[in-house]
This record gives sequence, C-alpha cells and structure tokens, in this order.
Amino acid sequence: MYVKKECVAMLLAGGQGSRLYALTQDMAKPAVPYGGKYRIIDFPLSNCINSGIDTVGVLTQYQPLVLHDYIGTGQPWDLDKIHGGVHSLPPFQTALGAQWYKGTANAIYQNMSFVDRYRPEYVIILSGDHIYKMDYSQMLDFHKKKEADCTIAVLNVSIEEAPRFGIMTANEDSVIVDFEEKPKQPKSTLASMGIYIFNWEKLKKYLIENENDENATKDFGKDIIPTMLKDGQKMVAYPFEGYWKDVGTIDSLWEANMDLLNPNIPIDLYDPVWKIYARNPIMPPQYIGPNAVVENSMICEGAVVYGSVDFSVISPGVTIEEGAIVRDSIIMPGSVIKSGAVVEYAIIGEDCTIGANAVIGARPESIINKSEWGIAVVGHNVTISENTRILPKQNIAESI
Amino acid sequence: MTNRGSVLGLIFANMHDSHVADLTKARTMGSILFGGRYRLIDFPLSNMVNSGIDEVGVITKSNYQSLLDHLGSGREWDLARKKGGLHLLPPFSHVGSGMYRGRLEALYGIWDFVENSIADYVLLSDCDIVTTIDYEEVLKKHIESLADITVVYGRCIVSMEQAKCATVFAVNEDGRIYDVLINPQISGACDVSLNMYVISKKFLKNIVMEAMSRSLYSFERDVLQARVRDYKVIGYRHDRYFSKIDSMNSYYKANMALLDPRVREKLFLEETPIYTKIRDSAPAKFGFESSVKNSLIADGCIIEGTVENSVLFRGVKVGKGAVVKNSILMQDTEIGQKCDINYVITDKNVAIGNYRLLTGSQFYPLFVGKGASI
Repeated sequence: MYVKKECVAMLLAGGQGSRLYALTQDMAKPAVPYGGKYRIIDFPLSNCINSGIDTVGVLTQYQPLVLHDYIGTGQPWDLDKIHGGVHSLPPFQTALGAQWYKGTANAIYQNMSFVDRYRPEYVIILSGDHIYKMDYSQMLDFHKKKEADCTIAVLNVSIEEAPRFGIMTANEDSVIVDFEEKPKQPKSTLASMGIYIFNWEKLKKYLIENENDENATKDFGKDIIPTMLKDGQKMVAYPFEGYWKDVGTIDSLWEANMDLLNPNIPIDLYDPVWKIYARNPIMPPQYIGPNAVVENSMICEGAVVYGSVDFSVISPGVTIEEGAIVRDSIIMPGSVIKSGAVVEYAIIGEDCTIGANAVIGARPESIINKSEWGIAVVGHNVTISENTRILPKQNIAESI
Repeated sequence: MTNRGSVLGLIFANMHDSHVADLTKARTMGSILFGGRYRLIDFPLSNMVNSGIDEVGVITKSNYQSLLDHLGSGREWDLARKKGGLHLLPPFSHVGSGMYRGRLEALYGIWDFVENSIADYVLLSDCDIVTTIDYEEVLKKHIESLADITVVYGRCIVSMEQAKCATVFAVNEDGRIYDVLINPQISGACDVSLNMYVISKKFLKNIVMEAMSRSLYSFERDVLQARVRDYKVIGYRHDRYFSKIDSMNSYYKANMALLDPRVREKLFLEETPIYTKIRDSAPAKFGFESSVKNSLIADGCIIEGTVENSVLFRGVKVGKGAVVKNSILMQDTEIGQKCDINYVITDKNVAIGNYRLLTGSQFYPLFVGKGASI
C-alpha cells in the first residue's frame, strides 16, 4: 500500500554530458561537483524538498556509481521518507527482455509503474544539469489555475541564445501556440527550461503512443511536446524569473561557478529559507595560512590554503601550497595544488595533484590568438607532473 | 573492538560546567562550541564511535536543550542504530529530588539502562578534553593489566590555577595509581586525569550500589581517592595531543592551538574524523577587499574585512574595513563595518555595530555573551 501523492518528480539524470569531456568520463553529469561543496543534482533535489515534493525518482543510466552513492538513502535532502522519498531508477530487466533508456520519454515510460504506485494527479519532469532555485509548488499552482494538460517552465533569453533552446510562442493567456526545438530562426525568446508538469494520466497516454510509434525518437522535446501541441492539448508556459544556468558545457560550468562570486548575480546560497542541501564532508574548518592571499573567492571546509587564491571556487579538502597561484579557476574536492604551480582559467577535477611549478591554463590577455584561448580542464584523479604546461582549452583525462 | 559491542560508552555532559561559567550559562559543558564547527561532546562521541563503540549514553543534568538539539537521533555520529546507538539520559528521579550530586548518583539513576546493555565494560568520559584517542587501546590495557579501574591520564605542565581544577595521579613504574590528589595546590609537570575511565560493568555496579548504601556520590573522592589502595587502579598514559578546557583562558588557548598545523594533524585524522551536526551552510565567501591570515574559517562565513589569527564559526559575517585579530567568533556573529576587534570571544548570535572597538588581552580575552548587541 502506497500513500497517494499529489505530485511526483521524475529527475532525468542518465545523460552522459559528453560536452563536459574529462569531467564526465567516470561520472554522470548530475554528479559533477559545483560551487565547492555541491554536486549539480543538489539543486533539483533541494528544490523538490523545499517545494514540498517529497517523492522523487532519479533516472540514471550513464556511469551511475558516483551518483547512486551520492544519493544514497536521500537523507542529506531529507528525502529518506517512509512514504515517498528519493529512489534511484536505473534501467532494468523484465520478462520481455532488457533495454536501455532510449530517450527521455522512454525513460519515464519504462518507469510508469514507479509513478503509478503513488497515484499522482501530476508529475513534474526535471533534469539534472541546471543550476537554479525554483519553487515548483508555485508552478504547480499555475498549472492547476490554468487547467492545463502540460505546463512548461520558460525563461526569457536573448535572441542570440535562442537557437540553443526549445523555443515557445505563447499568447497573452500563457497558452503555447508554437514550439520549435532549437530553431535556426527563433520566433520568440521564451526558452524551455526542461521543466514540465503533466497531468499524469494524460502523459501516460502519450508515452504509450510514443513507445508504439517506431519512428519516434522517444524524447520529450522532439516528440511528446510537439505531439500534444498538435493534438490541441492545453499547453501553457510558466514564466520563471531568476537565476538559471545550463551547465552542460565546460564554459557554462565555469561561468556558473564564477557567477557565485559575482554579487550582482542573483544566486543566493546563503538564504536560510531555501537552503541547497548536499552530502556534507566530515572535515575541520578551512585553514588560511599566514602568507596566504585570498580574495573574491569561495572556499569550503577542509581546505588548506597557503598560496594565493583570487576569483576561484575551492572545494572541500583542497590543499593549495605556499607559492601556488590559483586564479579564475575551480578546484574540485580533494585536489592538491603544489607549490609554485599556477592555475588560471581552469577546472581541476576531484582528487587531482598538480605538480610543483606546473602551469595550467592561461589568462585570455596573455594569448595572442584569441581562438586558441579557452578553459583548461584536468579530469578526476589525474596527476600532472612537475613543470608540465597545460594549454588553454586542453582537456586532460589521464595523468601526465 | 576485540569484541564489538562489548563496551558501553557513557558521557557526562554537565561535569565541570562551573569552570567556564560564561559559556555554560545556557548550555552544558558538552555543548560548548569549539574549533569553528564543533561542540565539545563531538570529541568523546567521535572517539567512541571511531573506537568501535556503538552504544553510547549521554548523561545530562541541566541546561541541556542545546545538547539535545545538537545530538538529535545521533545520526551524524552514525549512532542512529537499531541495536545500541545513542541514548540521551536526562536526570532520572530515583535519588531524592532527581538532581544528582556526582557521577555515582548519576550512574545509580540510570543503572537500569546500563544493566540492559549487553556490554561487559563501561567507558566513562567527560566533555572537557579535546583530543583524539583510541579507546580500544585503553580497553586492551585494562584487560591485560587485570585492573579494577583504568584511568586515562596525560602528562603536562600545569599552573597553580589549572591544578585547582584538576585531579592529579601519582603513578608507579608498573602503571599503578597509588595516590590521587583532587584540586591540589601544586604546579609543574603532573599526571593529570583526563576524566576517562574503563571499568567492567560488574565492578561498576558494585561500586555504585555500595556507594548508594553509604550515601557517597563522588566517583573521584569516594572511589578513586578513598579506595586507591584497595582497588587495582591502573593508569593509561595518553601521549597524543590533548587540551583541557578548565577556564576561559584555556578555552581560548585550545581554540587558538588549532591554528598550528601540527595540532590539526594530530586532532583531525582522515581515518578517525571528528563528527558533528551538519548545518548545510554554503561555502565561506571572501569579498573584494578581504584579507585573511592564519585563521580557521567555517562554512557559511562572509568575510569582507581583515581576519588574522582567529577562529570563525559557521555563518560569521565580517563587514567591510573591519579588522578582527586574535579572536574567536562563534556561530552567526556579525561584525559591522570598520570595527576593530582584538582578543575577543563572542558567543552565538552576537551583533557588533559599525565602527566599534573591542579589545581584550591575551590572558584575559573579552567575552561577549550570547545574543548580545553592541
């Protein structure tokens, strides 16, 4: 017997995130560290519990070990519930055989029985690769008030950015009249944030139809949304105002971290009523040494800083030795920057060692040919030997 | 442990409250904040858990709201267990008014709990010692030496002031305790009690029941001191780093000692972490004009001024142009702009307005009580 829930969240966390290269070699994108002590998935999970949604299915597929480990019982997010709570849902075998999740819609299709147990009126589809704080209960109220079949959260983007997103055109009553996935000539600037609320029975019908259609791509953006729109279902756009960032690329991941250091950008992690929860490290407070220089940065517990740090995000358990310089960079948990090393405009993965006097990345002003410049990336568990030079834009997945 | 589950840990959360009266006004000794993110009870509790003790009772007396709040179900120490786990033991009205006068009365009050444990041995600890200790070694020594009682002591130089708050042992070359001095008028190198004892449950029961029949209540005075020649009392010398909190001055020094990397290395080991309650604070943020040197900074701090030789607990804010030196700022303290703070200890939730100047001295840091607004 399962207690009925009004709304169940399904969090799509199975994607590879191939545009994060070395950073997603051994872990799914939602498990990638962000903002020092967090992982990307902390944001949707915290939003769920803060919005009063306590039943979450996390659909995993690509490299799920770190992610499964991290989610565990869901206790850090208060999602270890007797009724509901967080459940990791990897692909499974059935009497009819085993299959991978073939697309976002197919992943939900394969887990319809999970959702059905809670007999929800609504299901909210989330993805595990965005940084934002959002009250889903307000979106649900909007969905109910509009008596919609589907509500899509939208963000106003610039016309230049629009071709990267699913773009909606909505009338003055917020009803969506047109939807185009990544249009070359966008008709509007309302971009889908990949957050959908559906009436569950209606969605089920479309998922089954979609599954039976051999030509379908089994994807929400490509199939389900356009088909429902064509059928005249009531689709509405829920306008979201606030910080939202897709962290699917190296540049956007770097920018989203840097946004935390910018007082003019509205992502407030210090708000006591909308905390972002995480699995906390068990480490002593950070120590800033006698000759350290730390400015404009975020530093986590367990870090030890003897060198200089400017415009950087330093994660738990990171050591920055005396004479090392870290600027405009992200150092993920447990990494060591040896003395004399210089890290600029770089992302250093978890548990790396950057050898003495190694030089990682460079400032854009020091590169003559700007097309050669970009963020340098060192993947997880990588050792960079002494005096090695890693150029901007380079992606290092193995120790050198 | 050689035999897992064979030791019951008992922590006295209120012992020595009077030594640091300022800090225990609204809390127990065990819930005094320490080292940027901890409370004193985290040390005995973590040491027990890291030594394989998974059944712990915490004995309290008064002012225990903050302690209960901190410990909760014990999950953060991995003590939310079906078997064993954490048990909170507020005063039990067996003896007279229910307010115990010493360890023996407290133990008598909770004896049913001790009796129900399957453990063969009991480890008693107070909350006044900050250290990392392997209780497995203490138990081993207790068993090997066929002791009735094993006491943990540490060798250190004590001042007259410190000795007045200490119990000092005289230990012979076999490690046997032959004399016990309580609050003596001495100074110099002493073998000071760390207020941790291992006793078999059976022996402890005899002691407690006999004491009750004679209206005795002090474990130190009426058992250790009075019976030191009758019982086989063995000393376990703890040679690792420890600090004893017995005054505001020692509290200040023990916090400041954490700025020394050698001390941190001895106290915070990777294999034996010190657990504490999680607060889910965001990382600490350093502003445009911040300058931080030789300091411990906890999560949730926002620093826009200068901080030197200080310990900042979670959620502390230091305003623009403010200078904080040689200070301990507890949870959620807010220092206004252009303040000058030197040798100051602020309790939780202290707010200091702009342009304030507060100065204590190295031997007498200025203390600002909980919730004060200056």
